[in-house]
Amino acid sequence: MSEIVLETRNLVRDYVIGGGLFRPSRVIHAVKGVSLKLEKGKTLAIVGESGCGKSTLARMITMIDAPTAGELLIDGEQIDIARKTLTPEQRRKVQIVFQNPYGSLNPRQKIGDVLMEPLIINSDLPAAERRDRAFSMLLKVGLRPEHFNRYPHMFSGGQRQRIAIARALMLNPRLLVLDEPVSALDLSVQAQVLNLLADLQDEFGLTYVFISHDLSVVRYIADEVMVMYFGEAVEYGTREEVFSNPQHEYTRTLFAATPRADVESIRRRLARKAA
Amino acid sequence: MALLEIENLTVEFETAAGTLRAVDGISLCVEEGEVLAIVGESGSGKSVSMLAVMGLLPWTATVKADRMAFQGRDMLNLEPAERRKIIGKDISMIFQEPIASLNPCFTVGFQIQETLRQHTDLDRAARRRRAIELLEAVGIPDPQERLGSFPHQMSGGQCQRVMIAIALACDPKLLIADEPTTALDVTIQKQILDLLMDLQARTGMGMILITHDMGVVAETADRVVVQYKGRKMEEADVLSLFERPQHPYTKALLAALPENAVGDRLPTVADFSLDDTPYTGARP
Repeated sequence: MSEIVLETRNLVRDYVIGGGLFRPSRVIHAVKGVSLKLEKGKTLAIVGESGCGKSTLARMITMIDAPTAGELLIDGEQIDIARKTLTPEQRRKVQIVFQNPYGSLNPRQKIGDVLMEPLIINSDLPAAERRDRAFSMLLKVGLRPEHFNRYPHMFSGGQRQRIAIARALMLNPRLLVLDEPVSALDLSVQAQVLNLLADLQDEFGLTYVFISHDLSVVRYIADEVMVMYFGEAVEYGTREEVFSNPQHEYTRTLFAATPRADVESIRRRLARKAA
Repeated sequence: MALLEIENLTVEFETAAGTLRAVDGISLCVEEGEVLAIVGESGSGKSVSMLAVMGLLPWTATVKADRMAFQGRDMLNLEPAERRKIIGKDISMIFQEPIASLNPCFTVGFQIQETLRQHTDLDRAARRRRAIELLEAVGIPDPQERLGSFPHQMSGGQCQRVMIAIALACDPKLLIADEPTTALDVTIQKQILDLLMDLQARTGMGMILITHDMGVVAETADRVVVQYKGRKMEEADVLSLFERPQHPYTKALLAALPENAVGDRLPTVADFSLDDTPYTGARP
């Protein structure tokens, strides 16, 4: 059996909202007990509508937010950031790519500095080596050496997303959390970024947690699929299981709502319209 | 007579780096009761050409066309005052970002009634009644209560419904929807598209749908124009476009859909040798 990179047991996250002198505070249950197990080199896709807690789950897996209850294990090692600070080694293991490449890069930082910053913080490599690594990573994600000294505004959306992926990979992570990495991109650029992710997964043996609301992308990229609805995992299984035999009502609604671009369904629609 | 006719439209922008041609010789027409989809990636000039029709481009833009007519009426050399009578009433537009395109300082009721105040001679009470009617038509629960809501109190899908209500306020003859569902979830996208198609079928208005999502095109359009680098690559009815795409760019777009993937890598547009000469020949 291959090694388990990520495991969560009944992960819960509550947010306490408001509460003043005369007003009681409210508790929002963002994630209500999610358990999952992910093997090395696999891709888990998390699907759900906005507000269903998928990004909160991603933040807990990335060790940005502490869970309210439950356990998080990365490489079999228990992580609890509320009680114990992380070692650089633990921090290195999980990296994240955010949805909006326009918002996640500092407009005043050159691309080279963007890529070298994780190394400055988390390693004690000498400057020359940091530079070399940044250069080779730039090439690996399909950018050119002359991009090293440019600013983020000089790049298109697809290129920026490549930069964000390169930054996440600088520390050789085990697990990459991708929070809707292609939903802000055009169709043709989306295809390029998805291919890049597949290439990198093969090369580095990366494990992906891929958050998306686009089922056609999920069907293409995922090995396992989890469907979340109001903070609960209502469906969890391999891609074939979930797509061929959806159990929960919400999953079926989701399938029905996805636009279909095959000739047969266009014919059916035109026939309906003519009738 | 076609509802909207555009012949050889060119839009250029004066920038610091010289002249940028965003739209290069686009011709298209929309008939009454027809849904035309314009497909293309960002920067292909699909929004800009429609903004040119609306007269909403900034002063840096130069708009040239052999002909641009709405119901046979020339739109190019229209006085601004005359144009304002048509825009918002007979031609209206839904924009991409619903939350950003509503004014955060006014209630949605005010913003719907503003259009009615400009274009109709309804009195205050009648405007209010009409606004409630519109909110009901776009499927917002409790329309009477919701008139007093501000945009930030509503979700993205609801804001888009309000935008549609504003666009439909004066029974337009042509509705231009610029990526109406790009910022929304799939389930909400389905609802909004169903709503738009339903309203279109009921009122018989012409509709231009700008999008980069081939799935949305397949679900809605009668006819499709494929645009690339500011030029029209191909035009066809929806069925023949999906069955027999002629231009390499169209083929590339269809192949890049994840659901059409064969093998473990997606073909990208760069894999297709692209000439950007438009396809004009007959369709087999």
